[in-house]
Amino acid sequence: METLIFVIFAALAVGSGVVVVVHRSPIYATLSLVLTLFSMAVLFVLLGAPFVGAVQILVYAGAIVVLFLFVIMLLNVQQEEGAHARRSAQLVAAILGAIVFLGMFWLAFRQTTLRAPGPLTEELVSLKGLASALFTDYLLPFEIVGLLLLVAVIGATVAARRPGAETNAPQDDYVAEDPSSGPVLPREVRS
Amino acid sequence: MNPDLIVTLVKYAVMFAVFINVAPIMVWVERRGAGLIQDRPGPNRVGPFGLFQPLADALKFMFKEDVTPALVDKPLYLIAPVLALMPAFTTLVLIPFGPTITVGGRTTPLVVTNADTGVLLFLAISSLGVYSLVMAGYASNNKFSLIGSIRASAQLISYELALTVSVLAVLIPVNSFRLTDVVAYQQRYGWNCLPQILGCLVFLIAAFAETNRLPFDLPEAESELIAGFHTEYGAMRFALFFQGEYSNMAALSALGATLFFGGWSLPFIHYPHNLLGAVLGLLTLVAKIAIAMAVFVWVRWTFPRFRYDQLMRLGWKFLLPLAIVNLILVAALTVAGVLKPLNP
Repeated sequence: METLIFVIFAALAVGSGVVVVVHRSPIYATLSLVLTLFSMAVLFVLLGAPFVGAVQILVYAGAIVVLFLFVIMLLNVQQEEGAHARRSAQLVAAILGAIVFLGMFWLAFRQTTLRAPGPLTEELVSLKGLASALFTDYLLPFEIVGLLLLVAVIGATVAARRPGAETNAPQDDYVAEDPSSGPVLPREVRS
Repeated sequence: MNPDLIVTLVKYAVMFAVFINVAPIMVWVERRGAGLIQDRPGPNRVGPFGLFQPLADALKFMFKEDVTPALVDKPLYLIAPVLALMPAFTTLVLIPFGPTITVGGRTTPLVVTNADTGVLLFLAISSLGVYSLVMAGYASNNKFSLIGSIRASAQLISYELALTVSVLAVLIPVNSFRLTDVVAYQQRYGWNCLPQILGCLVFLIAAFAETNRLPFDLPEAESELIAGFHTEYGAMRFALFFQGEYSNMAALSALGATLFFGGWSLPFIHYPHNLLGAVLGLLTLVAKIAIAMAVFVWVRWTFPRFRYDQLMRLGWKFLLPLAIVNLILVAALTVAGVLKPLNP
């Protein structure tokens, strides 16, 4: 039974993962990403880490990918499907990616003994064990990751805001726009 | 066949029967309730008190022509309504509906899956419900649908935070993620809605937003968006969205009842650990869900709709801080020993 579930979801994860990379429509690619993450969550549960599985769905599939979809739908990326990067640029990116990947691989396996804090026991992967490990032994890395995410969020906000643009958050008493100017449409729609 | 599997299937069938009947009953309650509140009869032609109206509606949905607009994104358009049912009918496995019973020498807790990460799993699966709305809105190739689904996803993400934080506060004194432990805790120390009234209110308001119900039904605001994300759906496909909405309401009502109002238990009463206890527990839970659903209807026909920016402001600037205050308060009270932990 467990083997059957594993095979189904492992195949689903790999298959939808391939779709993410090769599908031309960004919407379908993103939805396949959800399927990949979901299948991986099932695999986590099968491995005896239900907490990681639940959090995987809650955080990635439930929140982050929704934001991806949001951006894709709002920007209407569909129209840029054909606009692929130049061949040479693709080649350079592929080579760089391969170098980074191999480098990481080499770093990981160079040490003959991977530093593991002892065998994973039932107690360690339980909620209490995980929580006490995160908030005592690994508190500093945990907080640093939090800070990193915060910096990334602030950075994204700053980068997304055009220089000089005022805040456009709607206020309670906002004035109706001048009707003669027409509704403000995204660039693609107007042209 | 494996006897454990049979027991599980029977338990699932019971909960499924409860949840599948929510939509037809709620259609009647909703329309009669609207009539009552607006001082008009409501549907009263089919059967006594119009009780067979849901049957007539169901037949209408089934025999209506199933039109698929020409320019829709076919695969996504077809999957979306089915996905609308998925969260409610998956999460119901985590809701306990009775005491641990012993029948025929076999002892079993009355919950389909007593998962270690129960509440987290519930929140995780229900957070996937947003994809149904997003896919429906995108695939319909209609600007009203798209605006509706964008509103829906923004709203769901925003209110999910407040909802989750208010739920987490409940779990601090309970010291466990299992919903059965939450019920056991309330059997011993009384309902959570009293010491955690703040969290309970936040949960209630966020539940309205999570289920896209008035006053937060911006995704399908009929006066501006026709019908929002399901504008292009008709016949059975529309009925699936309808069923999905009511099932999700029932699922959140069940979660709310379990977290704040004692779940299947009543104060000072101990149900016997046999079939009678199972029936009583199920009836108690169903009664609590019914009360919550009645509140949903009552609120829908009494409150005006929020504007979109008001909705977002309420979620981020009011509900979320309130939920965090509640979380800190509950944590402090638990540390101070005012709220006693379940297993010290």
